[in-house]
Amino acid sequence: MDKTIASTAEAVAPIRDGATVMIGGFGGSGAPIELIHALIDHGPKNLTVINNNAGNGHVGLAALIEQGLVSKLICSFPRSADPKVFTDLYLAGGIELELVPQGTLAERIRAGGAGIPAFYTPTGFGTQLAEGKRIAEFEGRSYVQERWLKADFALIKGELGDPYGNLTYRMAGRNFNPLMAMAAANTIAQVSRIVPAGDIDPEAVITPGIFVQSVIEVPRPAQEEVLNREEAAYP
Amino acid sequence: MTRKLTNAQIAWRAAQDIADGAYVNLGIGFPEMVAKFQPAGREAIFHTENGILNFGEAPAPGQEDWDLINAGKKAVTLKPGAAFFHHADSFAMVRGGHLDVAILGAYQVAENGDLANWSTGPKGVPAVGGAMDLVHGAQRVAVLTDHVTKDGKPKLVKRCSLPLTGVGVVTRIYTSLAVIDVEDGHFVLREKLPAIPLDELQALTGAELHRPGPITDLTVPEL
Repeated sequence: MDKTIASTAEAVAPIRDGATVMIGGFGGSGAPIELIHALIDHGPKNLTVINNNAGNGHVGLAALIEQGLVSKLICSFPRSADPKVFTDLYLAGGIELELVPQGTLAERIRAGGAGIPAFYTPTGFGTQLAEGKRIAEFEGRSYVQERWLKADFALIKGELGDPYGNLTYRMAGRNFNPLMAMAAANTIAQVSRIVPAGDIDPEAVITPGIFVQSVIEVPRPAQEEVLNREEAAYP
Repeated sequence: MTRKLTNAQIAWRAAQDIADGAYVNLGIGFPEMVAKFQPAGREAIFHTENGILNFGEAPAPGQEDWDLINAGKKAVTLKPGAAFFHHADSFAMVRGGHLDVAILGAYQVAENGDLANWSTGPKGVPAVGGAMDLVHGAQRVAVLTDHVTKDGKPKLVKRCSLPLTGVGVVTRIYTSLAVIDVEDGHFVLREKLPAIPLDELQALTGAELHRPGPITDLTVPEL
């Protein structure tokens, strides 16, 4: 088995107009900047993107939005140090926002990957974000029904990957990445290093390769925070 | 005599209630200051939503690793005994009742424990982050806040007028003037600054302050 692919361009080529794409990362940590930039080059339109945030500055997710490729964003916190791209577009009515509490977002993605169509959570009960959702009582407390989230593609970032798609992550760059790997039909992982099968200790594998379809090596990946300090913009 | 605590002093007071060995989540911004005021000899383990237990202070400038950040996207360091985990595990720790304390900021807190801290209304871009999750599950949900708004209106109210973060979730409020518990749908005054007369404190509070027990002087060092 060999899931390795030679280039980010080749990896994102199957992503078509109207696709739902999960993008890993929390702010810039664990964000697959090179895959997002390859997606911008490829240029599918009308994407629904699922990420915790809405981008920062003019690189990565912010650049994807700035290029007009995203019609809907599902996220928990569309604010950042420089959220101008999303903010301006949202206030002009140019992008749809589905706001989801962060833990509910994580669990909806996990549920999507685990084949659980809905679940009940205390989060959001009695708030605007539960309006129109089914409520049920368990052991005297009220809970909100939330639905799974699935995607056509996930773009994620790992540290090590092997030809079977087994992945490790780097520190808090893990965040949403392992969940999104489970919830997408086609998961594309950029990793800092591809190693031969067997080099990742099975005890250390965080995402088993069954959840991953493609692995691309991107040595020394860019960090969004560093790019923003350099006031970079893409393209 | 002190007529109003600074944010640092409010954070100091909250830190005195954190037990040795407690697992604690501190909200972004002002509540993050609580970590600086841990009493000597007590160890708290701090949790951040983005997947770290037992993180420490910010690194020296230039030493940041941008894969090692907290929920406020600020660079942090690790203490011995730290752990990383993904987001679903992180919020299982939250909702599953594994945290001892969550400490948050507030726009308004109501006497029934309702909290409003995520939205000031329909204008602008809405953002919620982990606030709605954090108010559920922690054994204690504490709020740090000025006692009144910038224009002098009560932040402790009968019922919140701003969009709610959670219903009946707050257990204790540390304000710039007092320490107040939420019990059985009432504000219960526990401590107040000695310089603030009771009637003045009540006038600055939007719901009745109940006094079933002794009221201790709120004394905090200059910081």
